[in-house]
Amino acid sequence: MRVTPQGLWCEPGDFFIDPVRAVPHAVITHGHSDHARPDHGAVLATPETLAIMTQRMGEGRAGVTQQELRYGEGVVRNGVSIRLVPAGHVLGSAQVVLDWQGSRIVISGDYKRRLDPTCTLFEPVECDVFVTEATFALPVFHHPPASAEVGRLLESVRLFPDRAHLIGVYALGKCQRLIMLLRQAGWDRPIWLHGGLLAMCELYGRFGLDLGDLRPVPMPAKRGGGGLLAGEIVLAPTGAEATPWVRRLAEPVICAASGWMRVRQRAKAKGVELPLIVSDHADWEELLQTVEEVRAPEVWVTHGRDDALVYAMGLRGVKGRALHLLGRGEEDEALEAPAAPEQTPGAGDMAAEPGAERERGAGGADA
Amino acid sequence: MSLPAFAALLERLAFTPGRNAKLALLRHWFATQPDPDRGVGLAALTGELSLSAAKPALVRELAASRSDPVLFDLSYDYVGDLAETVALIWVPRAGVNAPPPSLAEVVEALETTAKAELPSLIAGWLDTLDANGRLALIKLVTGGLRVGISARLAKTALAEWAGEDVGAIEEVWHGLTVPYLDLFAWLEKRGPQPDARDLPVFRPLMLAHPLEEPDLAALDPAAHRAEWKWDGIRVQLSATGGGRRLWSRGAEDISAGFPEIISAMDFRAVLDGELLVVRDGEVAPFADLQQRLNRKVVSAKMQAAHPVGVRLYDILFDGEEDLRALPFDERRARLEAWFARVKPARMDLSAQIAFASVEQLGAIRDGARAAAIEGLMIKRADSLYVPGRTKGLWWKWKRAPLGVDAVLMYAQRGHGKRSSYYSDYTFGLWRPDGQGGEELVPIGKAYSGYTDQELLWLDRWIRNHTTARFGPVREVEKGLVLEVIFDAAQRSGRHKSGVALRFPRIARIRADKPAEEADKLATLEAMIVGEEA
Repeated sequence: MRVTPQGLWCEPGDFFIDPVRAVPHAVITHGHSDHARPDHGAVLATPETLAIMTQRMGEGRAGVTQQELRYGEGVVRNGVSIRLVPAGHVLGSAQVVLDWQGSRIVISGDYKRRLDPTCTLFEPVECDVFVTEATFALPVFHHPPASAEVGRLLESVRLFPDRAHLIGVYALGKCQRLIMLLRQAGWDRPIWLHGGLLAMCELYGRFGLDLGDLRPVPMPAKRGGGGLLAGEIVLAPTGAEATPWVRRLAEPVICAASGWMRVRQRAKAKGVELPLIVSDHADWEELLQTVEEVRAPEVWVTHGRDDALVYAMGLRGVKGRALHLLGRGEEDEALEAPAAPEQTPGAGDMAAEPGAERERGAGGADA
Repeated sequence: MSLPAFAALLERLAFTPGRNAKLALLRHWFATQPDPDRGVGLAALTGELSLSAAKPALVRELAASRSDPVLFDLSYDYVGDLAETVALIWVPRAGVNAPPPSLAEVVEALETTAKAELPSLIAGWLDTLDANGRLALIKLVTGGLRVGISARLAKTALAEWAGEDVGAIEEVWHGLTVPYLDLFAWLEKRGPQPDARDLPVFRPLMLAHPLEEPDLAALDPAAHRAEWKWDGIRVQLSATGGGRRLWSRGAEDISAGFPEIISAMDFRAVLDGELLVVRDGEVAPFADLQQRLNRKVVSAKMQAAHPVGVRLYDILFDGEEDLRALPFDERRARLEAWFARVKPARMDLSAQIAFASVEQLGAIRDGARAAAIEGLMIKRADSLYVPGRTKGLWWKWKRAPLGVDAVLMYAQRGHGKRSSYYSDYTFGLWRPDGQGGEELVPIGKAYSGYTDQELLWLDRWIRNHTTARFGPVREVEKGLVLEVIFDAAQRSGRHKSGVALRFPRIARIRADKPAEEADKLATLEAMIVGEEA
């Protein structure tokens, strides 16, 4: 296994895992755009991830050939056995388990350890080398129970019945998880979606997830009109709150659901009125718990706060190595927004803005 | 559960930009919290609670006892705030299932606990709280609580919740003690209005309406009195048997910042006036007074460099006698008599300006160019001293604003309702760039003055003419001229242009005017008053 400019390369098998540029052979852990890039030759991934890639990139750009591998199934390539195991991050997200000449490496991609009805729970696999993310690898990151955060949201909806609650989310994963959390909390009213989120929710539906009554946010009755959806919950891609699209909503309470919301400065910089700490990544304790459970003597850290994690693992007798992979932690909504069926004159702004915000690194990674 | 409830309130207030939303959060809190906790919380919100039992170092040591030093430093480095780092990094001792403390419990225990026992007391509380609760507790015990709302807003919410007038709360407020049981009893109609007794409480100020063209025609010169409107800060001097206070317009106690005024208040009266920096009888521009504002302590050097005085407008109490129900003319006579009798240091009377007609008054207004004069105050001769802004009694007639045609340079998105609009504008004027050409230099920032229609137009123009982005700020093509008006231009060492504008706002969009024809910095410099050209 080697780190190359394209990303992690399995030398004996001659394939890359989540390469940042187009390569002949790629194994993809999950559909977020900082892991799944277009125009690879052959792509190996779970059926869900392949479907997500095809939807986001369009036919033909999500791999010239696609090979489906279900959780638990295995294939062998050039003597390297490849198996995909649930990572619990988003629908279809997988850890890549590689066995070669009696040694095992697990590339976990992005993962979380908590129950999430929208994807299969993370499964620890014992190995010799564990490759982990470190998005929230500081002891200040302890994600509170997501149900409590949704409780705060619903309390706010009750307190401000004359306002819409707009939650900025990632189209893949966070959106559907939040919908399910709301359903579990008893919110059975329609949930209103920005056009950029509809397609992915439909895809989740095709894989058997019942998200309840979802409706597109309507157009204002007249151009420039507002005041819509008071007392309702609206989901939109992060960044939509800064575009003219938002003006149709009734004095919206701008919310964001992300692990970054834990830190005030981060939340403040986003201009969020109600920060909700809901993350699809492992928090500090969960990272350390996972490292312990996979019993790997050596752990490689792909991206995030590798300094703290490597140090903490050292205290536990685990050898850590920071890989400094490029292009990670930047799930880029701009890639999908132009393709979104958004029917308003403001759609152009919608497409340009979120990506631009991210370029400047204001909010950091998908969380 | 009251500390967590309070922490949740603080958390929401910290992120809520809108005034109405803040009021709703506060009303809800007053309505749902029990005594005495809501009173203690109210004190914390209004800045009346000054705990500083624990030093930040103590909190840091506590955290060090529970966390690895390297990881703590990495975390602190990332979070940037000590209290927040400790709140987030704290790992509660396993098996703690004591309930979190109430606010009242915390305040009481801090007052009675010996210093040596503080660390274990605080650590015990931290173990019972979640991260938000820990942050609130740490801020509270170290005296670092910054709520981000004014005391006035908290009282307004209290008044709205109780269906009382906020003025009535202000009248009794400074005679109350934490946790305000008698106040809540009165507001819930369970008891009488508390009595401020002989304390130097704040009396709500009488305010003026802006005078518009139609009002002007109806103005009877014989029935009105005029004075200069000075550009300082409006204050109330309250000296009673119970003490001396200097109150700001918003009922903040600013006594500590102006000890020389307090020591000059060797009388028993409640007076209304303007706090000004005065040198040799000359009132200095507002920027001078600004140096003295928002200070808890003030050095002798500062007092000497920026000497302050009060120009008296009105008298509310002479000794114990409430004069507010007298007509203005009678109060003025009482004020003059009182002044002649007491001869207070650092104070003088606001002169009355004789005028026979509205036209004459207009000429007087336009003739005033002193930097410290904002315009005229016009008061009905028979007006009683009534709190708030009752139309038709007192008028403020600001002198015509100054204006320049400036070029839009940067725009920033607003907050709250305006968060999808580029609503804050930085604009500049031309000056020689030293190489034979001209360059734009920013002279100020404005976020008001335009209509909703103009805001929409500006927002669209900015989105279509962006050349660079810096966070929430966009740099735009230097192609749009805005007519900017302001009350005064003052010399400033803190601005790149060397000029600071007082109350700048957008008067008009000059889409018709080419940017090259916008004004030059020299034009603005010529408007600076109070220095030789």
